[in-house]
Amino acid sequence: MERHFDMDLDDLKQKLLTMAGHAETAVNEALRALVQRDYELALRVKENDRVLDQFELDIDDMAIHLLAKAPLASDLRFVTAAMKISQNLERVGDEATKIAKRARDLCQEPPLQLELNLPRMATMALAMLKTSLDAFVNRDPVAARAVIPQDKEVDAMNRQINRELAHHMMDNRDTVLRCLNLITVAKSLERIADHAKNVAEEVVYLYEAQDIRHPVKEKPVATEARQPQG
Amino acid sequence: MTPDQEKQSRTMPPANPPRIAPPRPEQPAQPATAAPVHQDMPAICVDHLNVYFGSNHVLKNVSLNIRARAVTAIIGPSGCGKSTFLRALNRMHELIPEARMDGTIRLFGQEIYAPDVEPVIVRRRVGMVFQKSNPFPTMSIADNVTVGLRLNGIRKHGVLAERMEQSLRMAALWDEVKDRLRAPAISLSGGQQQRLCIARALAVQPEVLLMDEPASALDPLATSKIESLILELKKDYTIVIVTHNMQQAARVSEDTAFFYIGELVEFGPTAKIFTSPSQKRTEDYVTGRFG
Repeated sequence: MERHFDMDLDDLKQKLLTMAGHAETAVNEALRALVQRDYELALRVKENDRVLDQFELDIDDMAIHLLAKAPLASDLRFVTAAMKISQNLERVGDEATKIAKRARDLCQEPPLQLELNLPRMATMALAMLKTSLDAFVNRDPVAARAVIPQDKEVDAMNRQINRELAHHMMDNRDTVLRCLNLITVAKSLERIADHAKNVAEEVVYLYEAQDIRHPVKEKPVATEARQPQG
Repeated sequence: MTPDQEKQSRTMPPANPPRIAPPRPEQPAQPATAAPVHQDMPAICVDHLNVYFGSNHVLKNVSLNIRARAVTAIIGPSGCGKSTFLRALNRMHELIPEARMDGTIRLFGQEIYAPDVEPVIVRRRVGMVFQKSNPFPTMSIADNVTVGLRLNGIRKHGVLAERMEQSLRMAALWDEVKDRLRAPAISLSGGQQQRLCIARALAVQPEVLLMDEPASALDPLATSKIESLILELKKDYTIVIVTHNMQQAARVSEDTAFFYIGELVEFGPTAKIFTSPSQKRTEDYVTGRFG
C-alpha cells in the first residue's frame, strides 16, 4: 500500500520540477534577449521572475507542512533538499533577471566589437544546471558529482572574460558602460554555475546521504630537513 | 572480541565497586546519584546474546556496547525482541517460564549472569521503569519511593526521608508533591505517577535505568516532562529506552539500535540512524514503509 506521505512527496517533487523548468526557461530567454538584442523579451524575463519567487514560497510552505509530519531518513533528506534546491532555483531566476536587465541596456547601444567567450560560458552554466536537475529526477548522484568540478572551469572563463573586458575598457573609454554590463552578465553566469553546483551537492546528499559541501583542503605536510647519515 | 581481549576485559577491575555483597542493613545517606563510572568503559557489553522462550528463538546473536552516561534507544516493530532485550539486561526475563539465554552481558565489566550473582542484586543495579506506571496503589507517595530501600533493610527515618526527597527531586516531582507526601500515589496524574515510578527506581541508587516505552501512555506535556527528565538523568545514569516513537528516540538518545525479528539490524549514532541509515530495513522502518 502506498503511503499517503509518498503522494505528498510526489507533489513536492512535481512542483520543484515545474519550478526548475521555469528557471531554465528564464536563463535561456535572458541569454536570447542578450544575443538577439530583444528589448521586449528582456522585459518579459524580468516580469516572469515573480513566478519563481512564488514557487519558492509555495515549495517552502509544502516542505514545512511535510516536516511537521516528522519525516525521517530519505524522506527527511528529500524535504530538506527540496527546500535548498528551490532556493537555488529562485536565485538562478534572480541571475536571469540581472542578465535580462543588462540585455535591455545593451540592446539600446551599438554592439561591442569584441569576441568574448560568453556563449560557451552560458552553454556550460546551463548544461550544469540541466545535468544537476536531471540527476535529481533520475536519482543519479554519479551524474551530480560530475557537475561539481565544472564549476571551476566556469570560474576560469569568468576571470578570462573580466581580463579581456578590462583591457578593452582601458583602450576604448567610450565602451566602459557596455563592458561593465557584460562583466555583470559574466558574473551572473558564474553564479548560475555556482547554483547548479549547489543543486548537484544536494542531489548527492539526497541519494548518497553524504554531505560533500565545503571539502576541507589538506594542508601540505612540512617536510623535515633530513639529518645527515653517519 | 579476541580471546585475549575477552580475558583482559574480564580481569579488568570494575569501574564501580562490586555490589554483589548482601546489602548493609543501615547505610548512611548518600547523594542519590550513581557511583562514578569510567568514562571510556561501556556501561553494558552485550556479547552474542540469544534468548529463547521455549522453542521460540526471540533474540538472535545480539552484540552491542551501551555507552555509560548516555541514552540508548531501542526501536523496532512489535514482537522484534526489544522488550526482551531490555529485560535481559536486568535478568527480568528470567521471571518468564521457559525463558533461557546464552551469551554474556557485562555490567561495567562484571558478568551479570555469573553463577554467584543474584538476580535481585542485578535488578537493584539496573532499575526498570515500565510502559504503564505501576505505583503501589495502597501506599502513599512517600512510601512508594522508599519501598525499595525498606526492602533492602534501611529503617532509619532520617535516611529514608533524605533519600525520598533526593529521588523525588531528581524525578522532577518534589515541588508538585512535597505538600502531600502522605496522599495515596494513585491520586497523582498519569504523568506524575510515571515520574513517581522513576523516583522509586532512583531511590535504590541504580547505575542503569531501563525504560520500556515510559511515555507511550502520556499526553504531549507529560511526555515532554519525562523526556526532559531523561536528559537530566543521563548526566548521572546510563539509560536504555524502548520506544515506538521515532521522534522521541531522536530527541533523547545518543545511540539507537534497530531490532527486527529478534536480530539487531543496525546500531549507531541516533543522528545517523534517523538521517542516513546504512541498512535498507532500518530505512524502511523509520520512514514507516513497514513495521
